[in-house]
Amino acid sequence: MTKLTSIRTIAALAFAGSIALGGAVTADENAELVINGELALVTKTAAPDHLKDSLDEIYSGWVYRETDTQAMQMDDFDNPGMVFVDLGMDAWNKVEGTENKSCASCHNDPAESMKGVRATYPKWNEAAGELRTVEGQVNHCRTKNMGAEPYKYVSGDMANMVAMIAVQSRGMPVNVAIDGPVKAAWEQGKEIYYTRTGVLDLSCASCHEQNYGNYIRADHLSQGQINGFPAYRLKDARLHQVQDRFWGCIRDVRGEPYDRGSPEFTALELYVASRGNGLSVEGASVRN
Amino acid sequence: MKLALITAAAFVTAGAAFAGEIAPKDVVMTEGAVEASLTGVAGNAAEGGKVMANRAQGNCVACHEVSSLKAAFQGNVGPSLDGAGSRWSEAQLRGMLVNPKMTFEGTVMPAFYKVDGYTRPGDGYTGKAATEITPVLTAQQIEDVVAFLAALKE
Repeated sequence: MTKLTSIRTIAALAFAGSIALGGAVTADENAELVINGELALVTKTAAPDHLKDSLDEIYSGWVYRETDTQAMQMDDFDNPGMVFVDLGMDAWNKVEGTENKSCASCHNDPAESMKGVRATYPKWNEAAGELRTVEGQVNHCRTKNMGAEPYKYVSGDMANMVAMIAVQSRGMPVNVAIDGPVKAAWEQGKEIYYTRTGVLDLSCASCHEQNYGNYIRADHLSQGQINGFPAYRLKDARLHQVQDRFWGCIRDVRGEPYDRGSPEFTALELYVASRGNGLSVEGASVRN
Repeated sequence: MKLALITAAAFVTAGAAFAGEIAPKDVVMTEGAVEASLTGVAGNAAEGGKVMANRAQGNCVACHEVSSLKAAFQGNVGPSLDGAGSRWSEAQLRGMLVNPKMTFEGTVMPAFYKVDGYTRPGDGYTGKAATEITPVLTAQQIEDVVAFLAALKE
């Protein structure tokens, strides 16, 4: 055992003791993610072509989590995020707005109508001539088709709804388009990804491309893949939407984040999603 | 009277920094190294160790292992700092703290005594835009960390 490993083991044991957790706390990078004993998800695969110069393989953030955290996502009764999926389902059936409609009025059973949606968003909307996130599409429907108030872009209501929509694509490979009308946004997202930002002067790539697998204190750096969003985070026991996570990351490098729901963060979401093309949709995932 | 005026003028020149300190923009670098003390006050190694372990200050152990510091969860993004005082001079160590990109091109390590050249700098960890950028560490904290690192001999 090297000196470094030994320090880490001691630290890990101390941590486990301090929060009275049983079991190992070291991530098992060879574990397989199977949900409810039946749905096998892809958590490691070959990098998409556009990423070949930077990465050979891509890994879901699930791979980097501790064994206990990994296990929570493997059973829907243990996954705290699934409670919010149920709330999203209630909201789906709730009639709101001047048109006296619910989501279900037009889209019926989300298991059929929403299947595959999470896997391909953010996506170009031809009629509107814009790149749209799942959140953006939900609010478009609420305001234009239901005559209802939009949800706040980052909010409990929105997180519940996008979690419920994500679950309908669980196990399907992320497959966002990166060319055609979204090419300019994708390039913009890539530029943001590689721009060193904030007073700590770090880019997304500084940690998640150059240093995944390494540790920043107790934080095991992942590739920053977003196939698991929205993600239930144990640190504050709630769902996190992806652009809220971007916001938090940029705040943490002492930067000024873009607004949640802004064209810049939507471009970044498209680019980061495309780095995970081929990984399974996991939402609602469990992370620390 | 004359003396008082000169003192006042010197203070104004130093801007927000304390009198006698070298402000971030006035630091002289030679091939990444900074010869002159930033404060003229000898660094305190024990204080430097605290700065390095403190998450709200240097938090050097976030990325570097330092065996002699009692800090949990030391990271491994950067190299171990054990023996740093045998590998680098004080001037080189000071320069790496002020702005390590002048020694290691492209390094992910932040600069700890620099106030310009940033993209979208924030006001601390608030997520708001910075109105005035303060360096991550003060001049004396830099000197204290230099003293700590210089004493880490093989």
